[in-house]
Amino acid sequence: MEIFTENAGLLLDAIGTTLLMVLVAGVGSLILGVLVTVARVSPIPILRRAAFLYVQFFINVPLLALLLLAVFALPDAGLILPLLPTAIIVLTVYEAAYVAEAVRSGINTVSVGQIEASRALGLTLWQSLRLIVIPQSLRAVVQPLGNVMIALAMNTALAAVVGVVELTSRVNKINLVYAQPIEIFTGAGLAYMLIALAIGLAAGRIERKVAILR
Amino acid sequence: MSESDKPQTQAATPAMVSLRAVDKHYGPLHVLQNINLEVAEREVVVVVGPSGSGKSTLCRTINRLETIDSGQIALDGKPLPVEGAQLAQLRSEVGMVFQSFNLFAHLSILENITLAPINVLKMTKADAKREALELLARVGIADKADQFPAQLSGGQQQRAAIARALAMHPKVMLFDEPTSALDPEMVGEVLEVMTSLAAEGMTMVVVTHEMGFARRAAHRVVFMDAGQIVEENTPAEFFDHPESERARTFLASILAH
Repeated sequence: MEIFTENAGLLLDAIGTTLLMVLVAGVGSLILGVLVTVARVSPIPILRRAAFLYVQFFINVPLLALLLLAVFALPDAGLILPLLPTAIIVLTVYEAAYVAEAVRSGINTVSVGQIEASRALGLTLWQSLRLIVIPQSLRAVVQPLGNVMIALAMNTALAAVVGVVELTSRVNKINLVYAQPIEIFTGAGLAYMLIALAIGLAAGRIERKVAILR
Repeated sequence: MSESDKPQTQAATPAMVSLRAVDKHYGPLHVLQNINLEVAEREVVVVVGPSGSGKSTLCRTINRLETIDSGQIALDGKPLPVEGAQLAQLRSEVGMVFQSFNLFAHLSILENITLAPINVLKMTKADAKREALELLARVGIADKADQFPAQLSGGQQQRAAIARALAMHPKVMLFDEPTSALDPEMVGEVLEVMTSLAAEGMTMVVVTHEMGFARRAAHRVVFMDAGQIVEENTPAEFFDHPESERARTFLASILAH
């Protein structure tokens, strides 16, 4: 157990970095994902097409490949950002594609009548998307969005490969010194489980709170 | 409302709703065939006819929820614009009540009613709320303001939907089979609200199977069959002396039981 007490500061710091990535990329991907969905269902052909390509691209390219590309290829092209922000941006744009797919499935639960009623009242297309369609869609997909957020939390571990010192990277480094892989990796695994559990419980609570009575 | 109380329609007043030579196809189905219809201000027109006759489609073309293939539709003298901000503006002046109520499921009854006044008419929240509560009282469900649509009965939901439309101070109200989805015991409460609206001089186009309402509140009954307006007349004349064979058959079939 000394392995944990002796490295408490480093471990807490690393967990902090992991949580920061989850939080910032989580909020960012939710916002970006909703915007992509709006583009996807908009009446403007070029927006629809762009949103479709966006989703297809990020769903069909491995996250690790994107991280490597951003960390090693972008600086080569003259775009230099610190490692942590780079990883957060990549996670954001990657998870946003999954958020967009989840929200789009929610849009299919909104009945045509709801949209007709909003248009008949004189709401513009954008108003009816913002006030009726998106709020109802989001309420229908709280649990799937929770799962995307859990996947995001797990995916932050990949940032270790490109040099971000988050939880996985930190325990890996500690193990190199202590050579106690069972203890340290089990501990890290439990920490990830707790994060996932917290997200799952929060999603459940939010779902019950915002559920639409039918 | 007796026959003499009803405002008489006069050719001199410009039509509130005007359809000229309107045609529409659904694929091979010619659902509206050369429809000509004028509705004067303060006039109540009831559209009746067998299912599939095109009467709902007719109603929905008036605020362009259905587009038309050819012909002209004008509201208060202004031709119906194509999609865009102008159409939204025009729709805000036309109240619509649907068969399936279509109250916004994620909003309370009060929020359902204040949504469009706040976002379209740019009313303040306080003003919109005050008016909404007055309207809810008028349709008899003031106590339901904070409930959600699913917590109300069908009749209450439809009355809330009428209040939602009235909150926009519409020039015309369109009713697309407003009582067809209701349990029989709730039809009366909705018709009562509609009858009082008619008595107050609201311009109304009502698609319905409620012949009692047509007799009581309509100035004119329009009978449609197979995409055509077959006959139009005062309710008394239409129900007692239908001119066309098709209207006679229709009336016989609905009055038989």
